[in-house]
Amino acid sequence: MSTLAVHDHGVVHNDHEHHHTETFISKYVFSQDHKMIAKQFLITGITMAVIAMLLSILFRIQLAYPDKTFPLMETLLGRFAPGGRLDPEFYLSLVTIHGTIMVFFVLTAGLSGTFSNLLIPLQVGARDMASPFINMLSYWFFFAASVIMISSFFVQKGPAGAGWTIYPPLSALPKAMKGSEMGMTLWLISMVCFIASSLMGGINYVSTVLNMRTKGMDLWKMPLSVWAFFLTAILGVLSFPVLVAGVVLLIFDRSFGTSFYLSDIVLNGKIMPFEGGSPILFQHLFWFLGHPEVYIVIMPAMGISSEVIAVNSRKPIFGYHAMVYSLIGITTLSFIVWGHHMFVTGMNPFLGGVFMITTLIIAVPSAVKTFNWIATMWRGNIRFTPAMLFAIGLVSFFISGGLTGIFLGNAALDINLHDTYFVVAHFHLVMGSAAIFGMLAGVYHWFPKLFGKLMDEKLGYLHFWITFICAYLVFFPMHFMGLDGVPRRYYAMTEFPAFNRWLSVNTFITWAAITAAVAQIAFLYNFIHSIFFGKKSPQNPWNSTTLEWTAPIEHIHGNWPGEIPTVYRWPYDYSKPGHETDFIPQTTPFSETMSSNLPHDFEDNPAGLEQYNAWAKTQRSSEEVK
Amino acid sequence: MGFKKLITSKKILSLFAAFMLLGTNLLMAQSTGTAATADASASKDDMWIGVAYYALLLLLVCVVVAIIGKILKVYDLTLQLQGKKGMNWNNIIGIICIIFLIVGLYGAYWSLTVQGSMILPESASEHGVKIDFMFWTTTIITLIVFFLTQVLLFGFAFKYRGSDKRKGYYYPHNNTIEKIWTVIPAIVLTILVVFGFFTWRTVTNTQQVKGDINIDITGHQFAWELRYPGKDGKLGAVNYSLYYTASNQLGVDFKDRNSFDDLRVDTMVLPVNRSIRLNIHAQDVIHSVYMPHFRVQMNAVPGLPTYFKFTPTITTTEMRNKLDDPKFEYLVLCNKICGGGHYNMQKVVRVVTETEYQAWLSKQKPYLTDQLRKELKFADAGQQKSGAQNRLVLNN
Repeated sequence: MSTLAVHDHGVVHNDHEHHHTETFISKYVFSQDHKMIAKQFLITGITMAVIAMLLSILFRIQLAYPDKTFPLMETLLGRFAPGGRLDPEFYLSLVTIHGTIMVFFVLTAGLSGTFSNLLIPLQVGARDMASPFINMLSYWFFFAASVIMISSFFVQKGPAGAGWTIYPPLSALPKAMKGSEMGMTLWLISMVCFIASSLMGGINYVSTVLNMRTKGMDLWKMPLSVWAFFLTAILGVLSFPVLVAGVVLLIFDRSFGTSFYLSDIVLNGKIMPFEGGSPILFQHLFWFLGHPEVYIVIMPAMGISSEVIAVNSRKPIFGYHAMVYSLIGITTLSFIVWGHHMFVTGMNPFLGGVFMITTLIIAVPSAVKTFNWIATMWRGNIRFTPAMLFAIGLVSFFISGGLTGIFLGNAALDINLHDTYFVVAHFHLVMGSAAIFGMLAGVYHWFPKLFGKLMDEKLGYLHFWITFICAYLVFFPMHFMGLDGVPRRYYAMTEFPAFNRWLSVNTFITWAAITAAVAQIAFLYNFIHSIFFGKKSPQNPWNSTTLEWTAPIEHIHGNWPGEIPTVYRWPYDYSKPGHETDFIPQTTPFSETMSSNLPHDFEDNPAGLEQYNAWAKTQRSSEEVK
Repeated sequence: MGFKKLITSKKILSLFAAFMLLGTNLLMAQSTGTAATADASASKDDMWIGVAYYALLLLLVCVVVAIIGKILKVYDLTLQLQGKKGMNWNNIIGIICIIFLIVGLYGAYWSLTVQGSMILPESASEHGVKIDFMFWTTTIITLIVFFLTQVLLFGFAFKYRGSDKRKGYYYPHNNTIEKIWTVIPAIVLTILVVFGFFTWRTVTNTQQVKGDINIDITGHQFAWELRYPGKDGKLGAVNYSLYYTASNQLGVDFKDRNSFDDLRVDTMVLPVNRSIRLNIHAQDVIHSVYMPHFRVQMNAVPGLPTYFKFTPTITTTEMRNKLDDPKFEYLVLCNKICGGGHYNMQKVVRVVTETEYQAWLSKQKPYLTDQLRKELKFADAGQQKSGAQNRLVLNN
């Protein structure tokens, strides 16, 4: 495997550094430095996450106390909560914006944006992204998208309300609900900006990984985190444009009177002039992105936790190649499973059968990943940093949520489970909680790299245990509500006597959710406090082998002073027998670690193998002499 | 140091006690206040007092956490001062992991038995039995995997918790094991896929057979409308553009003779053990016909008629006896977000015996009411005009 590393670029930057004075604006606002952009993504992402979490608490309160009034709600929300009770249409808006922000703004931009930006250049050994300027644009488009999305709370009729999947005709007919008026327009504009941001980011990540690896860093020496970011970026670049197409056609239907998605509609007693469109077309376009999107969300989290689990188990990741191939398998398969969201939409049932087959196949690489994580922990020397706990949490959630995917991926079972709380429980565990936990693992693990400080471990433990337990308390009972046929996105269950028995469960879930929300204060306090007053971090706080910890703590433009380090070995030489410390950095050549080398290390390096054999021979003969 | 700690904790304790007293007083004042006066401003004040109470409670929790944190730190430092090792967090967290595992497994078991008994009763339709069998097979397989993997995950976390004395075991890969755990899930999933595929095909790949009862169900914001065929057993055609008054809400085309004896009904009454074909329409946005007890769900899509064929097997009365619930009713719900009234779009379904069904059917009123007859005559003459008016309205 040959390595193509662009060094000239780096050298230019290095010279540049000395006669470049940075103003506040160019350093903190319109920064082109990947580390600063990563921080910008992270802080915007966390802000959006807090907003989306508060929205979820609002609608959880409605579900727990459907008949009570809360004067405070009216004070805070005004016309959206007349008399202290949420308006049913505003309830749907809350659900919609909660989903949109969490899926796109937090777990796509906040997760990939932060960690791809921070880690790709640092872990492959590059001075910066392939195009720092486009990287900066990517952040600012994301920022604009966030502002537009939030601004929809301040328009007369409130934000978009057709669910995060915005199925037309509901989203296409402004008169169908309040949330389909101005709020929907803002949603669509915001998404176009967001997709532009995502594409610019993705193209940058792909080209950086392919072209800017340092000397010796061939693809099979990349850490799994970089592999995950790389494949995620490919997935995003190939699937997001399809959503743009879908969104643009929806804008046409809404504003210019076309009928791409609309046909035969009588709304509020008025015959609409739309003819010949198909609502199902939108669903195909949406889920062609929508399904890869859930892997865009989970794969970076998987990459991060693979890395964190290996580092903190002080063991090489088990089955590195299998881990990479399963990521590639997931990436490829994720393009041909979107129809499992549409089993009961009226799509040809035969097509449903085909999608069911592809969907259940994707469970195989997912299972391999889970087993490999568990095998990595087997006979490890596990160091429970908060990051490690969150990574373990991810694996636990991924198992619990992934298994219910086997039900939902089965078209026959989906007939009765589609759009019930079973689905809500499934995806909140497998991509919601799991991905958030991956992101938090990343924040705790790479905080020293981001800010040069250490976070408080005890608060991290507290944060983990409360969040972890509460997440289970929130989502586990929901499975059974779904199995009882309780549909999702219902404003109140009180209209159905049969669902009344779930009211106490709903109240319990709400209190668990509020507790989890309160626990986030521990994180936010820890995060902000540590940025300013945290203990200073040593250069390699976790005794990790990867390249980013060889860069100085103080961020410098171009990442490494002088030359970029060369890479000699794979990133998982932990607890290698025969070596005095329990980790060997990637930058240590084999010639310096003769006592721990294995024949396996020289598989594609015959010269090295010869040297190793010669050394082993002399070792043996010297032992005989003794 | 320990002394100082005691003082702080005492102070906090008394503070806490005072606060609780004050807080409950305030809260009580609030409740009596609202009861006594209906004054809006007074209740607003009460609201802010309530908010302040919770805000202070939150602050208190934060302070308590901070103090516990400090105590732990002090304890850790005193241990180190005495020359002992500090607190071993790897051990503590490892033990919490194993406690979590045990409590969590019990919790999962509790939830599965208690809440698991609150799920839908046995399927009330023929195809639903196959789906239920499929469901229980999948449940058993996944539960085994669930318990096994969670035990291994947290068991390993506990067993291999870190210590300075050990080193991890360098074990980068083992192709045999990896092959085994790729192939086994693949085989299990293949079985489930094949099994599921055939179940799915038998449920959905249905054909119109003579003797099927055709029922039209049409969703609009926010109700379901039902239309039964008359004596001819055939439903008349519909066309959305014929909708022009509330009396022909479904846009039935009366050029089609089959429509003359169609019936408009209020409750979906179904004869037991007869094959039912639901023809599903939507007028405005997507809805979804969801009848959980029959394991039936199909979206209602404007412009794209869909259908679902099923055979009910348990009458409402039988189900009431089985569930020991005299008020039990089968329902059609809407299960696709469709606007503000989405949460209450229900229709009662009643499964009855064949004789009861015939008796009920004979009492239903025709869709073509006298009112509609009158309007239609009028419309024949003035269709052109009203059409033009409609267009004008749309242009405006």
